[in-house]
Amino acid sequence: MSEDIKKFMYLNRRAPYGTIYAWESLEVVLIGAAFDQDVSLAFLDDGVYQLVKGQDTAGVDMKNFSPTYQALGDYDVTKLYVEKESLEERGLSLEDLMPLTYEDEDDDWAEKDSIRVVSRAEMADIMEDQDVMFSF
Amino acid sequence: MAIEINGKSFETDEEGYLTNLSDWEPGVAEAMAKEDDLELTDEHWEIINFLREYYEEYQIAPAVRVLTKAVGKKLGKEKGNSKYLYALFPYGPGKQACRFAGLPKPTGCI
Repeated sequence: MSEDIKKFMYLNRRAPYGTIYAWESLEVVLIGAAFDQDVSLAFLDDGVYQLVKGQDTAGVDMKNFSPTYQALGDYDVTKLYVEKESLEERGLSLEDLMPLTYEDEDDDWAEKDSIRVVSRAEMADIMEDQDVMFSF
Repeated sequence: MAIEINGKSFETDEEGYLTNLSDWEPGVAEAMAKEDDLELTDEHWEIINFLREYYEEYQIAPAVRVLTKAVGKKLGKEKGNSKYLYALFPYGPGKQACRFAGLPKPTGCI
């Protein structure tokens, strides 16, 4: 990797609907993906709800943008860290989340999981390692 | 702004993109192409329809880099390259083709 590449992390802490933060974050990620940086996403607190499968926004009259997370792999955004404790505190587990995958160019385009469930302590280490953090 | 087709008006934003995706009909693409001095062929329609399907599935208009890769995967390598796509859509396959398809300006297009 060249020296110009920085580690960018987008921190998502809020529920997907009710505020514009989650959608804004996703749009910034997709736009930022054009700059060839080392991008990862973190989902903590209510932010884990952004990845829950079977979202239906008919009742709140907002666009259901959850299918857009499926496009992240195409944009070479392949690291989605989800905090284990945040899931557990909300009675959720990996099975409740949308399966998100990417194709690994360096491994004969093998399909791999983008979501990585990590503990709070591991998440702290990952954050420590970043050059730039965006909090939404 | 708006496009008029057979007395029916289609609202567009300041950059010429359709305001309401659900308003779209093939005539919209025809009219937009005419304004750009472009004749739509089957090859153009293949990309326009591909973009509409992509939007249906992912709810975004793909950036040109992503579009190129996805076209290559779906329609074959000889079509999944900028040369082929720019030949069809000289103003940029992302921007121009998305506009014809009634999609918003591509996310991640800079």
